[in-house]
Amino acid sequence: MSPVSDHLPNGPYGPVPRKEDARFVRGRGTFVDDIKLPGMLHGAVLRSPLAHARIVSIDTAAAEAHPSVEAVITGDMLAGRNLAWMPTLSADVQAVLATDKVRFQGQEVAFVVARDRYSARDAIELITVEYEPLPPVIDARTALDPDAAVIRDDLPGKADNRIFDWAAGDREATDAVFAAADVVVDCDMLYPRVHPAPLETCGVVADMDHVSGRLTVWATTQAPHAHRTLYALITGLPEHKIRVVSPDVGGGFGNKVPIYPGYLCAIVGSILTGRPVKWVEDRSENLMSTSFARDYHMHGEIAATRDGKILGLRAKVLADHGAFNGAAQPTKFPAGFFHIFTGSYDLQAAYCEVTGVYTNKAPGGVAYSCSFRITEAVYLVERMVDLLARELGMDAAGLRMQNLLRPEQFPYTCPTGWVYDSGDYPRALRAAMDLAGYEDLRREQTARRERGEYMGIGVSFFTEGVGAGPRKQMDILGLGMADGADLRIYPTGKAVLSVSCQTQGQGHETTFAQIVAAELGLSPDDVEVVHGDTDRTPFGLGTYGSRSTAVSGAAAVVAARKARERARIVAAAMMEVSADDLEWTEGAWRVRGDPEQAASIAAIAMAAHSGLDLPDGVEGHLDTETVYNPPNLTFPFGAYICVTDVDPGTGQVAVRRFIAVDDCGVRINPMIVEGQVHGGLADGIGMALMQAIAFDADGNCLGGSFMDYLLPSAVECPSWELGATVTPSPHHPIGAKGIGESATVGSPAAVVNSVIDALAPLGVRHADMPLTPAAVWSAIQGRPLRSDLAITD
Amino acid sequence: MQVPAYVEYEKATSVDHALTLLARFGPEARVLAGGHSLIPMMKLRLAQPETLIDINGLTGLSYIEVTDGELRIGAMTRHAQLLDSAVAGQRFAILHDAERVIADPVVRLWGTVGGSLCQADPSEDLSAAFAALKATMVIQNLTGTRTVHAREFHTGPYETVVAPGELLTEIRIAIVPGGGSAYQKVGRRVGDWPIGAAGAAIWLDNGSDSGTIADAGIGLTAVGAEHFSAAAAEDFLRGAPATQETFARAGQIAAEHCRPVSDQRGPADYKRHLAGELTARALGAALARATGAGPLPPVQRSPGQRSPGSPRPRRGGS
Ligand SMILES: Cc1cc2nc3c(=O)[nH]c(=O)nc-3n(C[C@H](O)[C@H](O)[C@H](O)COP(=O)(O)OP(=O)(O)OC[C@H]3O[C@@H](n4cnc5c(N)ncnc54)[C@H](O)[C@@H]3O)c2cc1C
Repeated sequence: MSPVSDHLPNGPYGPVPRKEDARFVRGRGTFVDDIKLPGMLHGAVLRSPLAHARIVSIDTAAAEAHPSVEAVITGDMLAGRNLAWMPTLSADVQAVLATDKVRFQGQEVAFVVARDRYSARDAIELITVEYEPLPPVIDARTALDPDAAVIRDDLPGKADNRIFDWAAGDREATDAVFAAADVVVDCDMLYPRVHPAPLETCGVVADMDHVSGRLTVWATTQAPHAHRTLYALITGLPEHKIRVVSPDVGGGFGNKVPIYPGYLCAIVGSILTGRPVKWVEDRSENLMSTSFARDYHMHGEIAATRDGKILGLRAKVLADHGAFNGAAQPTKFPAGFFHIFTGSYDLQAAYCEVTGVYTNKAPGGVAYSCSFRITEAVYLVERMVDLLARELGMDAAGLRMQNLLRPEQFPYTCPTGWVYDSGDYPRALRAAMDLAGYEDLRREQTARRERGEYMGIGVSFFTEGVGAGPRKQMDILGLGMADGADLRIYPTGKAVLSVSCQTQGQGHETTFAQIVAAELGLSPDDVEVVHGDTDRTPFGLGTYGSRSTAVSGAAAVVAARKARERARIVAAAMMEVSADDLEWTEGAWRVRGDPEQAASIAAIAMAAHSGLDLPDGVEGHLDTETVYNPPNLTFPFGAYICVTDVDPGTGQVAVRRFIAVDDCGVRINPMIVEGQVHGGLADGIGMALMQAIAFDADGNCLGGSFMDYLLPSAVECPSWELGATVTPSPHHPIGAKGIGESATVGSPAAVVNSVIDALAPLGVRHADMPLTPAAVWSAIQGRPLRSDLAITD
Repeated sequence: MQVPAYVEYEKATSVDHALTLLARFGPEARVLAGGHSLIPMMKLRLAQPETLIDINGLTGLSYIEVTDGELRIGAMTRHAQLLDSAVAGQRFAILHDAERVIADPVVRLWGTVGGSLCQADPSEDLSAAFAALKATMVIQNLTGTRTVHAREFHTGPYETVVAPGELLTEIRIAIVPGGGSAYQKVGRRVGDWPIGAAGAAIWLDNGSDSGTIADAGIGLTAVGAEHFSAAAAEDFLRGAPATQETFARAGQIAAEHCRPVSDQRGPADYKRHLAGELTARALGAALARATGAGPLPPVQRSPGQRSPGSPRPRRGGS
């Protein structure tokens, strides 16, 4: 058993309280909506009520006549400035304001700039749009039908709704393994469309200063530098005149990676009026129009021997990307990292095919802490392994233990080409089983079943690949995924670290201070972390895909170590010894054999800024900078066990216990790590039991409020039982791996496996998320599959 | 932030003042009680009243008392007050059952009993609870008061007999001995509106141990039941033996007579099933309370509610 407390590191690493909490708990954070500038105007977006329709006319006269309205912007006006369309992060284009057609309910049609928020909203209702309805394509499974309406007739020559066909793995080898296998199990499953639903919705304040030619954009962004480049490319404004500031951000989860039409409308509004323009979307706008997640229709097949050796895996996926391909992921991977779908198992061959299609729904796909679609991959393989266990009459944990990769197989190249850096999988699974009391739980389950009670035990094991990524393989819109770090050490030995990543609640200001402090023998209190302002930080790609510690964190280490090496030279000059005679121990440079002769970073920093005679070529000061290009992803992993009780009379599921053993390598601040895991587990319960952005047949979004799109509360979440193992990453400078998405990736499968396990005596083999009471009851009635649409009789 | 349209605001200081203001501002004026239904609708611009008449100052309408053999609840009583009321809980445990699962503590602290009933949302839990209890509503206008049976109060979704210029002021429930009541609800999450819910009240012949049902009331929420009730099932129960078989049959009858619609909470056939299942369970729980018989049947757990191993504090009442 490895409870978390066994892994508390010493020194600057450890569960130090979060620096940022002081301002948050006092209500002193500054979010975009807190920014108020003199003369600031307010924007509101008119959105399409229809999923698919041709725009016949737009009449804005009445809105323009509203006494508080300063500007009304339409697609035609933008087209005149070549701004009606913008590039997406997946090399597609997306309408900023619709000119020809509307392609999903909630699409942006016009933008009003007024003196206050109320007037802007009132004026929206004064705009008259005449639509000619077109047949909508809502169910992804019909998107490629020959008679399906073509959604993207804006794309030259586009005659169907196909976005891409993509495959990974060895088809022939996999077919051969399947042909020879004793047992093949298959299953259809839908990972429904969900939404990350950050509590702070998206918003922007745009301020174009026509005198200086400078544009300042305060925005809810997880990637300020990438946004600056995008704004330059889209608007043609010179990049050095653009400053993007991401102030405090109230949750991102991938929702705040892309640029949204409202941001550009606010910028145009500021250019037109010469005044700052604020636009903050409301809850419904966030849920209906911004980046959703998942929407993968999957068919999985698993092949094994009769005695439970897993041999191969096959998957065929239909991916619903909505009306524009706006998925935010490394460009070369149209299905994200889905092809890591062989998971944590030692198998011989695997092959997957993914077809992406357009539908008349909001764009997106990669969000909600999905590690670029590893969530979908883990769900698929973990459901398939459970189905195989059922088929073979084997225990779900036992079958996994039998097939997990063994520690001596690392670094391990999986059948689709990923190179897993390090792992001890059986140790993690055993730790989770011990924490859970797995064997006792199984005994309890047997006893309960005899009494007619439905208790489920669900297991999932996941491997993630995070920290994108090596710039040769990974870029976003041509921007390689390396991160800069810039470290200044002031004369009194206080340090300021500037990084390109952007915290949305992950605690970077604390963790990154701890990283630098540990390298330089400082207290974390002596290190200030600057982030979220392109004028004050070096270039980098931002925070998503659990990449901050893996990439920017590594950059911080490298910058600190560079400074430490410079300090060594200065220390040698101070103590009049050779630099070779110094060693770094206990937070200071010390003379070998005479440890009393020592210089701390603070003392060295003062000397480095003084008139001290330094060797030729040494410039003085201790400031350093670096760009970190990760050699590989890091591969966190974990074992999760979920215990549920199900009432078959009503279909209600209660999660009784959830045990999570995570291995994210070295833990810098274990308390923050646990917080990330807590949040992700709650996400998992949300997705597994209650969340879906559903549509009716006309394309009306049925998840446009928190009344319909549910976030789990403390009542649905048990008291999490966490454990840890630590297997350092061999290539990360401090052995850390990412943790931001592990629990979101790993937990839905554990919950679903648990519910299905509970219902096993009723013959239920599979049921699609979300396992609402109605879905559970329907599964018991023999109707396990949800349609793509929410409402089915 | 969602913002409502322009609206005038008036604060009433007494029932008469409120009625005068209602008369003055006409049918486009709306009473503002807790605002937990009205304000969200205004923010979504589904409601755009010209004037709000705030009746939160009418503290005289906030009470729970026993008078003339009736439990009387003032219309401005907050959900939380009803949940806290020992008198209400002892007489009619169904009210505590229902209140415990309405929304969340924040909504319950401000939302009112009267507002719930006047909102007349087909998913409103208290409408079914009062239908099961066969309550009477007191409505006041400038010329006087009138009373209306709970089952005649709602005229359709979001519609009641309370006319423009009128206020609901009180709810009355007759206290009849030998009774027990309970409410069972299934939602997708704590605080969720019901997918379906059922309330039951039964009164036994000659006190508690005859085993014959003298009268019964069934309230159904969110399943398209006429007047939030199940009259045919009640007819079946009257004079029948109080057994699980009877309750199961009553549940079937109740299910047959409701007209649920499919929506994102669930398909119609599931809701129909729930109507039957929850009616039977609520009747069982009501009987246990009527007879004071030993341990109650296991209380329905909503998803994720604490498991047996981790007890939650429960409020008083039976
Ligand atoms: C998040 C949330 C979750 C909820 N969940 C549930 C739930 O699970 N179950 C449930 O039953 N309810 C639920 N509700 C509804 C809640 O119970 C009602 O919103 C609330 O109690 C209505 O009362 P109010 O005082 O807020 O009414 P208001 O919103 O002030 O008024 C509602 C309507 O009634 C009228 N009105 C109010 N009082 C009177 C009166 N005395 N005479 C005449 N007309 C009057 C108003 O003019 C208005 O039209 C939920 C609400 C929220 C916000």
